Amino acid sequence: MGSPILFGIAEVGYFVAMMVYIGYFIFKGKAVGVAATVVAVAAFLSQTAALLFRWLESYGMGIGRAPLTNLYESLIFFVWCLMLGYLIIEFKYKNRTFGAFVTPLAGLALGFIDLTGISKEIEPLVPALQSNWLLAHVTMSFISYSAFGLAFATGMLYLVLSTEKRTEPSYIFWTVAGSVFFILLAAMGADFLKFKVIGTSPETIKSYLFRATFRGGGPAALLSFIASAAVIFSVWRYGHVLKRMLSSFGMTLDFLEDINYKVVAVGFPIFTLGGLIFGAIWADQAWGVYWSWDPKETWSLITWLVYAFYLHARYLRGWRGNKIAVLSSIGFITVIFTYLGVNMFLSGLHSYGES
Amino acid sequence: MADKTIASKVWAFFTSVKLAVALFALIALTSIIGTVIEQNALPEKNVKLFAKLFGTANAETAYKTVSSLGLTDMYHSWWFTAMLVCFCANLTICSIDRLPRIKRVVDEPLKPLDISEFDKYGIKKELTINGDIETAKAAALTAIKKLGMTAEAADHTTQFYAHKGRYTRYAVYVIHLSIVLILLGAFFGATFGFTGFLSLPEGETSAVAYTRQGDEHPLGFSIRCDSFTVSFYGTSDMPKDYASWLSIIEDGKTVLKKSIGVNSPLKYKGYTFYQSGYGVVREKDAKSLIILNVTPKGGKSEQISLAVGESFKIPGTDIAGTVSAFSPALAFDKNDQPYTYTENMNNPAVYVEFTSEEKGKYSGWIAKRYPQTWKLPDGSAVELVDNWGYQYTGLQVRKDPGVWVVYAGCLFMAIGLYCAFFLSHKKIWVLLKPEKTKVQVKVAAFTNKNKTGYESVINSVFDRLAR
Repeated sequence: MGSPILFGIAEVGYFVAMMVYIGYFIFKGKAVGVAATVVAVAAFLSQTAALLFRWLESYGMGIGRAPLTNLYESLIFFVWCLMLGYLIIEFKYKNRTFGAFVTPLAGLALGFIDLTGISKEIEPLVPALQSNWLLAHVTMSFISYSAFGLAFATGMLYLVLSTEKRTEPSYIFWTVAGSVFFILLAAMGADFLKFKVIGTSPETIKSYLFRATFRGGGPAALLSFIASAAVIFSVWRYGHVLKRMLSSFGMTLDFLEDINYKVVAVGFPIFTLGGLIFGAIWADQAWGVYWSWDPKETWSLITWLVYAFYLHARYLRGWRGNKIAVLSSIGFITVIFTYLGVNMFLSGLHSYGES
Repeated sequence: MADKTIASKVWAFFTSVKLAVALFALIALTSIIGTVIEQNALPEKNVKLFAKLFGTANAETAYKTVSSLGLTDMYHSWWFTAMLVCFCANLTICSIDRLPRIKRVVDEPLKPLDISEFDKYGIKKELTINGDIETAKAAALTAIKKLGMTAEAADHTTQFYAHKGRYTRYAVYVIHLSIVLILLGAFFGATFGFTGFLSLPEGETSAVAYTRQGDEHPLGFSIRCDSFTVSFYGTSDMPKDYASWLSIIEDGKTVLKKSIGVNSPLKYKGYTFYQSGYGVVREKDAKSLIILNVTPKGGKSEQISLAVGESFKIPGTDIAGTVSAFSPALAFDKNDQPYTYTENMNNPAVYVEFTSEEKGKYSGWIAKRYPQTWKLPDGSAVELVDNWGYQYTGLQVRKDPGVWVVYAGCLFMAIGLYCAFFLSHKKIWVLLKPEKTKVQVKVAAFTNKNKTGYESVINSVFDRLAR
């Protein structure tokens, strides 16, 4: 008993939910849809319990802190917020279709945890993190990230439904961006099969991420790149099939655009306040500088500029439709980089998430 | 006349949306460079990066080019500052340019609608209320009140109308103002403030702090580090807290004593001292003192300070001890052999040789974090409290007269964001048309944000009237 088992249940649950949502998307049976929701809700409840247990466990260890302080915990919390946001939309609008597009995001995050071998230990906090601002800053940042993730999903769906010709820039954008996400998910699946299921995990490497494919070296890597190109090409070539499948769900473009704007309008103020302002106040107290242009701060600012641009383009220039959908997708790509890319590629004061 | 055209040209330039877009893009894109090239780092670090990117042969040239462009400290370069200034000007002038138009919309008095106009609104509703006109009037007024508005009545028709939240239209300007405030505060702080550091060994006093370049900066008072400690989680070497005990001295008198930690700095006369690091004093001078807490069996504890090589007595006994060695971080290996595992004071220990007439000679390590090493064979105890003077505390020193402007900006931004995203300007008109036993009701409404939300509230309020 305890949080690891419950997290495990949630993880498997989300993967099953992803499959069932995709199944529902393809076969459209009402029962399949209900099953998808049931699995997703069950996984969500299990994850909620796991988070609470982990919190309690930390008190048992004499550390006593919210489970939001390292890369592992923040990814888990991101998935939790994302699923909560999605389930709210599903119940409010009685529409399950875009579950097939949100659950893969959750799957991607959870797969990333398992494959990169990031530490799942409950570790005590280094002095800089011992602050009441921690909870507010991290919670609000991730709530906004999840909102932006939902905007990404609706934006991509919008593009699938609204584009007509293969030469349209928006069409090319969604097919390429969508394929890249699919490829990343598939590559993680391959890693998972090779190292966890078949079980030939070499002890020497900590991170299995893309070891079965792109980082596998030699023919495996070459083959992966060829396969990726093939995937991108075929998604581009046969994208209209996805469109035909989607359009039978009676999801209107107005509905998607409305949701897209609403989640950004919730995410943006929360991100500004919790992510940037609270972060600055905390940095001022802990480090003696409210803004030090460290990579994480700078990338948050870039993310903020992208969404500020989105809002101004919408209000002032009256941008609607494809352009807005593309913007919200670009915004989420910067979010992913702010969150993971900075930790993986760039160094700085925010390096707590490493290892 | 010529002046005016130039001024208006400049004005037009700063109100253009193209400039705003260009600045957004430029700031975002150039910022990326600064996250890849490590800022204010030792040259070797970036040369290593360039060697990876462009090959070892070109790394030196690449580094020289990049640093001459100011890219190794780009956020403080003249051109980045210039972009921020332009951004500020653009934001201010765009806001001023649009303000009169928004003011007109805000000040516009609400007027009753002509019957034909009711159908033109995005949110509209028709219903019938059973009863006479007075019942209907009362019902309509209650409904409007429920929406949180105060109704006005039209003179000639049986029409009520109301609005609320018109000032929320200014919220976006509050946000713009807050950004300008934050940038101004930052500029003010960078110009008139000071950021530096100070490494202060235990027991030492300093009247200056140092800039990043190593120049002295007089504080106008003196600061002394009385003590510094690191505490750890359980038996691990994971630091739980760093703490420094500081004293402020003015004219030879101690005016303030305070302990600081990470997340809780000391403020004095505009300067703030943050706990940012610690380390070991390299040139180990004679000032370093070992502090022991000595407790004879059944007796009272007594604190003793001495240097390595000196001796002490356990009070009330004939036992004498000589401290012959010191280790900042003692551990025992598999064979119980003692060794020092780090230069930092993770587990300070002293080697003490005891002599006693009754029990002869014995000796051993006494370690701060191993209570089992404190007991002596005769039942008395010697605890190592500290090795005072061995460590220094690393303080970040800052004077920032602009920080309150920045905080004010943050507050304005929070208020502005709330009003801009979660409140809106709402209007409603309700027209009553009496028939024989019932009253026909026409509703029209408008909001500048979240139309569907307002519509559903109106529906729920007015559907209750119809029943």
